[in-house]
Amino acid sequence: MSKITRRKFIKISAAGTATLAMSGVILDSTPKIADWFDKTPAKESEVERTPTICDVCFWKCSAWVYKNKKGHIQKIIGNDLDPHSNGRLCPRGTGGVGMYNDNDRLKTPLIRVGEGDDATFKEATWDEALDLVVKKMNEVIEKYGPESIALFNHGSTAPHFEHLFNSFGSETTAEPAVAQCLGSRQAGYYATFGEGITTPEPVDFVNSKAIVLIGNHIGENMHNGLVQDFSHAVENGASIIVVDPRYSTAASKAKIWLPIKPSTDIALLLAWIHILIYEDLYDKNYVEKYTYGFEQLKSHVANFTPEWAAKITELDINLIKKAAYEMAKAAPAVAVHPGRHTAWYGDDTQRERASAILNALLGAWGRKGGFYLPEKINVPKYPLPHYPEPDWTWQDITKEKYRGAIAGVTNIIRDASLPDSDAKHKVKAWFVTATNILQSIPEREKTLKAIDNLEFLVVVDTMPADIVGYADIVLPECTYLERYDDLRASKHKIPTVALRMPAAEPKNETKPGWWIARELGIRLGLEKYYPWKDYEELLDWQLRQIGTSLEEMRKEGIKQFERKTPLYIPEGSEWYFPTATGKIELYSTWLANMGYDAMPKYKSHEDNPPGFYRLIYGRAPMHTFGRTINNPNLNDLMDENVLWVNPKVAKIHGLKNGQEVWLQNQDNITSDFPIKVRITERIRHDSVFMVHGFGQLNKKMYRAYGKGAADYKLLSKVELDDVTGGTGMRVNFVTILTEKPQKQEVES
Amino acid sequence: MRYAMALDITKCVGCADCVVACQTENNVPIGYSRDWIVEKVSGEYPELKLHFESQRCNHCDTHPCVRVCPTGASHVIEGGIVKVKHNDCIGCGACIEACPYEARYFHPDGYVDKCTFCDHRVADGLDPACVSVCPTHCMFFGDLDDPESPVSKVLRENPENFVLAPESGTKPQVYYFKERLHF
Repeated sequence: MSKITRRKFIKISAAGTATLAMSGVILDSTPKIADWFDKTPAKESEVERTPTICDVCFWKCSAWVYKNKKGHIQKIIGNDLDPHSNGRLCPRGTGGVGMYNDNDRLKTPLIRVGEGDDATFKEATWDEALDLVVKKMNEVIEKYGPESIALFNHGSTAPHFEHLFNSFGSETTAEPAVAQCLGSRQAGYYATFGEGITTPEPVDFVNSKAIVLIGNHIGENMHNGLVQDFSHAVENGASIIVVDPRYSTAASKAKIWLPIKPSTDIALLLAWIHILIYEDLYDKNYVEKYTYGFEQLKSHVANFTPEWAAKITELDINLIKKAAYEMAKAAPAVAVHPGRHTAWYGDDTQRERASAILNALLGAWGRKGGFYLPEKINVPKYPLPHYPEPDWTWQDITKEKYRGAIAGVTNIIRDASLPDSDAKHKVKAWFVTATNILQSIPEREKTLKAIDNLEFLVVVDTMPADIVGYADIVLPECTYLERYDDLRASKHKIPTVALRMPAAEPKNETKPGWWIARELGIRLGLEKYYPWKDYEELLDWQLRQIGTSLEEMRKEGIKQFERKTPLYIPEGSEWYFPTATGKIELYSTWLANMGYDAMPKYKSHEDNPPGFYRLIYGRAPMHTFGRTINNPNLNDLMDENVLWVNPKVAKIHGLKNGQEVWLQNQDNITSDFPIKVRITERIRHDSVFMVHGFGQLNKKMYRAYGKGAADYKLLSKVELDDVTGGTGMRVNFVTILTEKPQKQEVES
Repeated sequence: MRYAMALDITKCVGCADCVVACQTENNVPIGYSRDWIVEKVSGEYPELKLHFESQRCNHCDTHPCVRVCPTGASHVIEGGIVKVKHNDCIGCGACIEACPYEARYFHPDGYVDKCTFCDHRVADGLDPACVSVCPTHCMFFGDLDDPESPVSKVLRENPENFVLAPESGTKPQVYYFKERLHF
């Protein structure tokens, strides 16, 4: 049996009734939103509104969904009581209506039928699809154990499927948000302060006198409350210090922009630590009272002088020093933001450690203008029996090598699914919920190979993302505007609980994630883990435990609670940090005990080969990676990415603005679609930049298909973070082709 | 009464929330917009400057669009807001030609459309949609004749400001703060 052909991506329907579901998607995709709009906008006071929690990114702003007089969802406005948004959504939140309206959405369950080139999707009823999923699950559980079924998940839907997995005995779960994004940050800050960084990041920007951003492009990433606080800091005249090879939007607001040579950030951070210590600029009382390992750190950084760092980073030594002095002057009202997407070069935990140490020396942790101490309201879990104990979990295939991994590592679970995997335990089947892992995990070829080797692949999504084409069974989820999900009880300055409830009936045959997971659970005989009949019952029970109810929350959307703990460390007080020493560890005993460097070191990384440029990717304010590209409202704001090149580079390659080019990386992988050149001084000569998420490969997303280039296809090389197993992805180089490359056979 | 808008370009990040908020508030069809973002970069790496401008109809005091309109569809209402009566518009496009800001577009339903300063919201005491959503709080709206209005206050605090295409002599009523000088 040829598994390679079995798993062929289902591209375009051939013929016959079985294929109408998907081709129909294309036919009725023309946006005709104006058709059902009222001509005159409705008054907010006169129309129905429903509370939601935005799901266009992880910031999860509480908001109101307004319907027009015809009863159609018209607009989404921030909830004034929400400290995540202060009543103002970002463009993606405002454009969230497009998630609901998008005609390209998945509409019915789909089941793969036929083999190889004849494979196609057949529309199925929920009963057919769910029964088939359960049949396949039982086969794999029987043969390989429940642990061999893995879950790749993301976002609001994740808890429903994690619960399902834990109920049948699998903890083989991971989300790209860890190994591809913030895992190393969490490890680096855990090593230092005994705890990771909460979301939203507890930076006290509104009171900061200085802010340091390391490759963190606030304003292009529209992390809502953070952007608002940053804007206040700009208005307050805070010294903004931005380290970035690209003149980012944030850099344009900066007092000091350090146009660093990519991959040398640790050298800069060590030099700053050196200056603070050797020029006596650190917070002595704070360091003495709260930290562990200062003397070790002092001797460790003795040679990491600004002169040393200037050579490595290609920065003006005076700029390096000036930035350190600005931080010291502002301390403790200074925040070196830990960043969020930190999977860059493979030494990412150590880079995050360096920024954490810098924050500690400045006395910024737990101080006004630095990092506040976030607090949350504890919402009790609905009472359930204990989960079964799995024979093995993600930790058993991860921790031998990546001892500091803090949560499931997607790429390791993927690699344990490869036919030639040498993992202690093998993964045989996948659920992929609400994440297009072909795009969100690098080394796409490996992921495709792993998919070929699976017993089955179930995809739960709202959109026909690339991964959907490889599924055996597709379960269409409704959007966040049509469903209940878990309560939001985030850690913040103000503890809150927020509700998402459906503002409209699910379109077509789509269903909420909780319902899909529950139906599977019941069919697997796991009724005892689903004692509630629907999510209203579960949420109402939870809300009543904290003194409110579903009825009240439907009217308010969000409820604020009094803080019970201090917002900052009270001046001069004793304070316990949850590390092994009870102190902030400048010298990390946790890392040392695991055999890693207890203090960060700089190691050099490969430079761009001649004629190649480092591929730097990032965000645009109106998109959340691939998941918003087909949203009609947001696609209207930006429908393709462009390749930023420095004028010097443009001259070398004879490029013109707007010219279409193709990219080829160091492994001879070329982009599928052309990307237009943007010649701009805003990017260093040794790098090119593009926004992540474009170049979508599934034709069923008709607005997004083939528009711009896909950075993720070019990220075929990774440097794994030795502590967490995270995938450093800023290690790929591309050259610019002005002619369309010969088509390579990359997809089997 | 004289409605006006002011924008602090030192805070704007060019996120286009103003654009999508206007679309959903005013039912502007996908593919069209009443406001838009312009990015302005100058200098050479690494000596660079950059700012964004959220642009729209300037609701000018001297309004060439109203003067050229053959049917009177383009008109001015209280507070100096320039509007188009959709039913009276014959879609001749003269106003589109006359506007130095390219603020007007042909609506697919056959009339010319543009920013209204969200007069339906202003009548209810609300800010225009774009102002009300801006995550950087960089936009201010109000009555210039009221010294306590947000727009009067910020223009007083930031007397260094500019308007777009002043040479056209239209006396536009959307003001942009000059770059902050605190560095």
